[in-house]
Amino acid sequence: MRIVLRIVLAVALPAVLFTVWWLATAGSTNFYLPPLREILRIFPDVWTGERLRTDVLPSLLRLAGGYTLAVVAGIALGVLVGGNRTVRAVLEPVLEFFRAIPPPVLVPVIMLFAGIGDTMKVVVIAAGCVWPILLNTVEGVRAVDSVLADTCRSYRITGPARLRHLVLRGASPQIAAGMRQALSIGIILMVISEMFAASNGLGFAIVQFQRGFAIPDMWSGILLLGLIGLVLSLLFRLVESRALAWYHGLRRVQRGS
Amino acid sequence: MLLEVRGLRKVYQGKERQVEAIRDLTFGVDAGDLVCLVGPSGCGKTTLLKCVAGLLNPTSGDVLLDGRRVSGPPPGMAVVFQEYGRSLFPWMSVRDNVELPLRQKKLPRARRRSMVDDALSSVGLGDTHDAYPWQLSGGMQQRVAIARAVAYQPNVLLMDEPFAAVDAQTRADLEDLIRDLWHKLGVTILFVTHDIDEAVYLGQRVIVLSSSPTVVREDVDIDLPDARDQLHTRAGNRFTELRTHIYAQIQAAKRESTPGSTDAARDTHLAKQVLQ
Ligand SMILES: Nc1ncnc2c1ncn2[C@@H]1O[C@H](COP(=O)(O)OP(=O)(O)OP(=O)(O)O)[C@@H](O)[C@H]1O
Ligand SMILES: [Mg+2]
Repeated sequence: MRIVLRIVLAVALPAVLFTVWWLATAGSTNFYLPPLREILRIFPDVWTGERLRTDVLPSLLRLAGGYTLAVVAGIALGVLVGGNRTVRAVLEPVLEFFRAIPPPVLVPVIMLFAGIGDTMKVVVIAAGCVWPILLNTVEGVRAVDSVLADTCRSYRITGPARLRHLVLRGASPQIAAGMRQALSIGIILMVISEMFAASNGLGFAIVQFQRGFAIPDMWSGILLLGLIGLVLSLLFRLVESRALAWYHGLRRVQRGS
Repeated sequence: MLLEVRGLRKVYQGKERQVEAIRDLTFGVDAGDLVCLVGPSGCGKTTLLKCVAGLLNPTSGDVLLDGRRVSGPPPGMAVVFQEYGRSLFPWMSVRDNVELPLRQKKLPRARRRSMVDDALSSVGLGDTHDAYPWQLSGGMQQRVAIARAVAYQPNVLLMDEPFAAVDAQTRADLEDLIRDLWHKLGVTILFVTHDIDEAVYLGQRVIVLSSSPTVVREDVDIDLPDARDQLHTRAGNRFTELRTHIYAQIQAAKRESTPGSTDAARDTHLAKQVLQ
């Protein structure tokens, strides 16, 4: 029963918004605001055929590549920086500076070095995603409980075992928070990098539609992007709630419910 | 002598604040001894234990184990921390918590399993293997921490108020368990408690610490028979004498740190406030 209620609550607002969109554009003759019915009608034709392979898949692969790279680099660097006071003191101001740079401006810069191919896009995505992961990992590693750290020391749990059982697990809630932020940045950068210079991809396709005045197609691309973001974030939530079940349980106990 | 503490002093160096947790401690513990440490709250018992465990560097003085200076956590030593709730890994089941130190010892899996089972059932937690620590009550968590130390089979066991969160009955059982293990394993135990009865019941010796600035106030031999049991030992005359004596010592220690009791005590107290 409760799960039904939760689903109803989660779906209610999107349903309302869609209905409003549908009704508001139902009789629209505005060229730039085609009826939602029209957008939905062409949606399958536009995105399920050839385009799935030539545009959607490459985009998703670039996102996966860049994101994975950022996760690996962010966690590795974060553990290094978070675990060492001197390294932290030296690097922290620099990291904050880089983090403050809006990721999209990386595109033209990275184009200079990495060309306009897939490498450039993967690097752009990775370079934008790495910051929240890195900084959150640093915070998480620093916040590892001192009593647990002492426990590890006194049982002589050191090196890789310490990294695996204490540092990474202890920082994992923060790391996950960073990864979640990075995911939305990654999607944004995926699209932007494809708008700048590309011969395929979702961002490229949407720009092509717009330039060719295929307005309903353009809207359908935006809709697809939203859907991809939604599915990815649901997937993320699913994995996270499994992996961090202990954390959510602990939090519930601490809040005293 | 297995463990020697010589002229130990520890000053915590804060930004503006300096806290002299321990002024000057000297005592020794023979191999196979069970020694209890009592002292007023805040007198530096935890600090002392951490220095012995190699987790803190003393400001001056030495801790010697087997004649060698302790400069980091030595092998074969287990510590049960006062903050039991924070010393268990919240992301591991009870079983994994107890097993983790054994994995470091590179013991085969089946052997580890049976050691974990034995340790957990010896503290009366035979059926909580799969729970997370935070799903247990405070007293149960404390017992998991004790089980972990026991399973490790240390030569030296340091315990910091390990029974603070358990009820009287469990506490009595655990006290007997500790004495039992001590007899069976021949482990050397340094046991911190604020409970004087417990100290007298458990220990062969009770070291009474003064309040801060901390020195050894008295080193009392507990000349009770080795076979102890909760009913008869605690009801005996000698037990009562010993606990009254130690109680008086601790009261005196506390009084000396209360302002107004003696001029000297007030002076040190004022000096401390100025320092802070
Ligand atoms: N990390 C620290 N930094 C600064 N001061 C500290 C630190 N740890 C302890 N102290 C101070 O040192 C003194 C002794 O503390 P300690 O925890 O060793 O006392 P204790 O005897 O274990 O007390 P309790 O019986 O309440 O557990 C206290 O005044 C405490 O405020
Ligand atoms: Mg203490």
